[in-house]
Amino acid sequence: MAVNSSNKSKIIYTFLAWTIGGLIFFPILWTLLTSFKTEAEAISASPSLFMFDWTLENYKEVLSRSPYFTHFWNSIVISIGSSLVGLLIAIPAAWSMAFVPTKRTKNLLMWMLSTKMLPPVGVLIPIYLLFRDFDLLDTKTGLVIVMTLINLPIMVWMLYTYFKEIPNEVLEASRMDGATIGDEIFYVLLPIALPGIASTLLLNVILSWNEAFWTLILSAANAAPLTAFIASYSSPEGLFYAKLSAASAMAVVPILILGWFSQKQLVRGLSFGAVK
Amino acid sequence: MATTNSRSLAKLMLFPSVVLLLIWMIVPLCMTLYFSFLDYNLLIPGDNPFIGFLNYEFFITDPAFIESFFNTLLLVGGVLLITLGGGIGLAILLDQAIWGQNYVRIMVLAPFFVMPTVSALVWKNMLMNPVNGLFAHFASWIGVTPVDFFAQIPLLSIIFIVSWQWLPFATLILLTSIQSLDREQLEAADLDGAGPFSKFFYMVLPHLSRAITAVILIETIFLLSIFAEILVTTSGGPGYASTNITYLIYTQSLLQFDVGGGSAGGIVAVIIANIVAIFLMRLIGKNLEG
Repeated sequence: MAVNSSNKSKIIYTFLAWTIGGLIFFPILWTLLTSFKTEAEAISASPSLFMFDWTLENYKEVLSRSPYFTHFWNSIVISIGSSLVGLLIAIPAAWSMAFVPTKRTKNLLMWMLSTKMLPPVGVLIPIYLLFRDFDLLDTKTGLVIVMTLINLPIMVWMLYTYFKEIPNEVLEASRMDGATIGDEIFYVLLPIALPGIASTLLLNVILSWNEAFWTLILSAANAAPLTAFIASYSSPEGLFYAKLSAASAMAVVPILILGWFSQKQLVRGLSFGAVK
Repeated sequence: MATTNSRSLAKLMLFPSVVLLLIWMIVPLCMTLYFSFLDYNLLIPGDNPFIGFLNYEFFITDPAFIESFFNTLLLVGGVLLITLGGGIGLAILLDQAIWGQNYVRIMVLAPFFVMPTVSALVWKNMLMNPVNGLFAHFASWIGVTPVDFFAQIPLLSIIFIVSWQWLPFATLILLTSIQSLDREQLEAADLDGAGPFSKFFYMVLPHLSRAITAVILIETIFLLSIFAEILVTTSGGPGYASTNITYLIYTQSLLQFDVGGGSAGGIVAVIIANIVAIFLMRLIGKNLEG
């Protein structure tokens, strides 16, 4: 009897969960499906979920009519570039705070966190004017700099929480064996912390890929990543649903796949360790 | 010897991060503060005289500021209400024994990884468009007049889109927290005859309180700066009906080139964000000790 009733509730819960999950996922699914429809079918008043003439025409159109690859490449350079530069700066800092803590370490960590809370509009004008004066407007270099700086606190924090989990004895043992600090970081710490470093990199690539304040404000035709390119569809051009869908799908699918791998790191990285 | 050596080295390794963040935070902020006291418009060449608090006076007494201040409150509050309510419900549901839990989790999580401009445009054009959108089709099938979302209820529509983007985050944090709940305690409560409601209010909710606080504070930080969703859907309109403080400052600074006024607005936004930040820092600071 007991087994029976728990089976029944399992069926109900499963049905409920799949229905709600399906509804939440629906706009994404709908976009993916629409990207394979013709424009006429995309705005049809009696749309069909799967039974339509599948076509790749929209993808061809978007790729040939717009400099899609330029923007895609910009997104890659900006997100991966800023994450790599960020790692180079953040790893030494996180090592220092995790293994040679001082009285001030906690305050320093909190201060780094506080920079993340500065609303971007608070520094909008100076950054815009500085970028104009240094010829950084609409350049990939400029966007890499900004992305690195806005994500640096998250990187230091994530790496710090990963490094903290490595027992100090391991590093001490290598020091006993005469390893220099450089050896210690490269041959002992990095291999152990590699999964943590990889997750930090992954989460930051995702965050930079989707960042849509500075990328929209500081870029135009040359350095615009996909966030800004897609924003240009807010003009009447966006009413070509099938093409809008194809462009959106190409911008979203790569990061969606990466995102699914980074679920756990997301919690750690975005809650700054408040929830583990 | 080795320790003094490693201590100075540790300082050296901290140096780049600290200096870069210091520059990034202090220099532009001081410039904003400085500009906020000047009569400075990029379109009007010539001197930029010092005018004291006049920019602040204009910014704060501007009806557009009052409206966008309340819009910001509604946007943050509305999204928090929806994502927390929905997130707690979904987290409890996903914590049950169900078939294909991983797949449901992936579907629920997906919107978080969609870039803001894409989600805003997909909702605006393909779902909420009053003529060709799916909702309009749906309305006409059941014989109701379609709603022109961004003309009739612009702010509510944006609240809805942003909630869709942030529900996954709330769910994920709350689910992670719920999964650390002591199962034996729950079973003991079952044996003592506790109903689902008393279990929820006396066991689950207190256990979640920390995660709920974290969600509220983190989301608030991000929601105060919502920008792209407004830019591509309504551009703040009609009138100022869907303008928040971030968007208002953007229009003043980069569309009207009023550096002084925009800077004063920026400082006001910083003060508002600071009030939230103080609470968040306390929460995380406590965690750092434990």
